[in-house]
Amino acid sequence: MGNEPVVGPNDDRDAAAESGSDATAETADADADAGADVGSETEAETGTETETDGGVRPYTVRLELVDEPGELLRALSPISDNGGNLLSIHHERGNITPRGHIPVEVDLECPPERFDDIVEGLRDAGVNVIQAGAERYGEEISIVFVGHLVENDLSETLSRIESEAEAAVIDLSLAAPDGTDATSSARLRLAVDSGRTDAALESIRSIGADKDLTIVEPLLGGEA
Amino acid sequence: MAASQRLAILGAGDVGRSVADLASEYGHEVVALADSTTATVDPDGIDVAAALDRKLGDDEIGADDPAAVFETDYDVLVEATPTTLGDADPGFTHAKRALETDHHVVLANKGPVAERYGELRELEADSAGSIRFEATVGGAIPVLSTIEDSTPHAVTAVRGVLNGTANFILTRMAAEGLDYEHVLAEAQDLGVAEADPTFDVDGTDAALKFVILANVLADGGFSLDDATVEGIQNIPGSALDLAAEDGRTIRLIGEATRDGVRVGPRLVPENGALAVTGTRNIVQIKTRNAGSLHSSGRGAGGPETATAVLSDVGRLPPL
Ligand SMILES: NC(=O)c1ccc[n+]([C@@H]2O[C@H](COP(=O)([O-])OP(=O)(O)OC[C@H]3O[C@@H](n4cnc5c(N)ncnc54)[C@H](OP(=O)(O)O)[C@@H]3O)[C@@H](O)[C@H]2O)c1
Repeated sequence: MGNEPVVGPNDDRDAAAESGSDATAETADADADAGADVGSETEAETGTETETDGGVRPYTVRLELVDEPGELLRALSPISDNGGNLLSIHHERGNITPRGHIPVEVDLECPPERFDDIVEGLRDAGVNVIQAGAERYGEEISIVFVGHLVENDLSETLSRIESEAEAAVIDLSLAAPDGTDATSSARLRLAVDSGRTDAALESIRSIGADKDLTIVEPLLGGEA
Repeated sequence: MAASQRLAILGAGDVGRSVADLASEYGHEVVALADSTTATVDPDGIDVAAALDRKLGDDEIGADDPAAVFETDYDVLVEATPTTLGDADPGFTHAKRALETDHHVVLANKGPVAERYGELRELEADSAGSIRFEATVGGAIPVLSTIEDSTPHAVTAVRGVLNGTANFILTRMAAEGLDYEHVLAEAQDLGVAEADPTFDVDGTDAALKFVILANVLADGGFSLDDATVEGIQNIPGSALDLAAEDGRTIRLIGEATRDGVRVGPRLVPENGALAVTGTRNIVQIKTRNAGSLHSSGRGAGGPETATAVLSDVGRLPPL
């Protein structure tokens, strides 16, 4: 256990079997109420006021649980033990993974410097953590571009990113407060294969240099 | 208690004056203080208060020639003249002269340690004196001594925010939704940015500090030319808005490893440790065996920088 490959968010759902779909008692139903219930219970249990020097951030963690009674609560205790707050739990009723596990998506918040401890705690507790924060989608990165984006053919920039940087553009937000013929900014969310982030950023830098754009890259590697 | 040292201070700006002012509090004596034109020198200790009064009253600092500083009996040369690029003079020549005559040198001046690190270390190897330069990186924040205590080879990388002016500008732009030019003008009015803020906003000042860090990690080999440097001048308010929508912000981040130095605007988590606000600085020291260490604090200012100089003085062995 522990070192399962990181998979895309939909893989398991697509592959889900119809049978063996009974949710364990304590995961209840997959609707929002159930998630909120479990969430608040756990909060009440711990009620920890976490000390932070930089506030808390939301994270989504995708877990695979063994289909056994009591598993969910046991699985989630490392979150509160390490100073995190459970926000919600989505358990897809009827889905089980090809390995026969139940996929559960957990939203939590914690101080950024505690997140690694939480993931480690879950893994130590034998919970199979398949996606954790930035590891979602292999790797997901945000980048801000600045310059004459529209005049410089934004759609060509995007297609070069997809082909040269081998990155999938998940979404784009454009801010052009002074009109599209002035300097504008765009934020891109990109999905990149695991281990290819540095190479992708390098291609993006050279695309930016070609098109006279300023690129604000994410700071990667360890908590920032 | 550290040994009492006799200080000869070159430079009577914010840093040099504060070192002179605070020296006695740290148990040291000032035997010379010079600016670019004159000096006051007394082997039994100068009258610091009177010299500072003269300097602040736009009088000559003393009746001596700045060159007389080197003729007097001193233990530690405090180099607090302006940081220059390339040959790093007059700072480099001052340090050389002190080392060649077997004196210690403590630098606040970044130029010599960023641009001519190898040469300085060679001079040090042939001298009874040693060099220290805590004040050149992060003002009051103990960065170099932390690396020294962790032993440099156990440190894999250092990154963070080491220019308060650029950080102030980015913080204000994000908070007020204002553009770069507007906030820069405000920073100049507040005295946070200098009349010529070029080196602060184009990344040069931060790059010098990260070059110094790379030199410490790799035991030399870097100068400003080896750094990849980008500034914040091209960052519009809209870029900060977009970053904020995503729970992030933009900071001028430097990174130093044994392989190189890079400084540029980067996206960081808005509530993350590196997103310090205002003129505050922060460094993250990544160690091989002990995870990351963070220290933050005031990265500039006369008394702040002077405390780093005087801590260095306290670490020097008696000559
Ligand atoms: N200020 C900070 O917060 C800070 C922080 C870290 C490092 N530093 C570094 O510390 C150094 C001093 O900073 P500062 O803020 O005090 O600078 P400053 O206010 O510009 O003062 C520089 C001083 O050096 C004097 N000087 C110039 N050439 C000289 C020469 N050939 N011989 C003797 N004195 C000479 C100047 O003389 P005049 O008065 O006659 O012009 C002035 O008194 C700089 O290298 C700076 O980069 C500063």
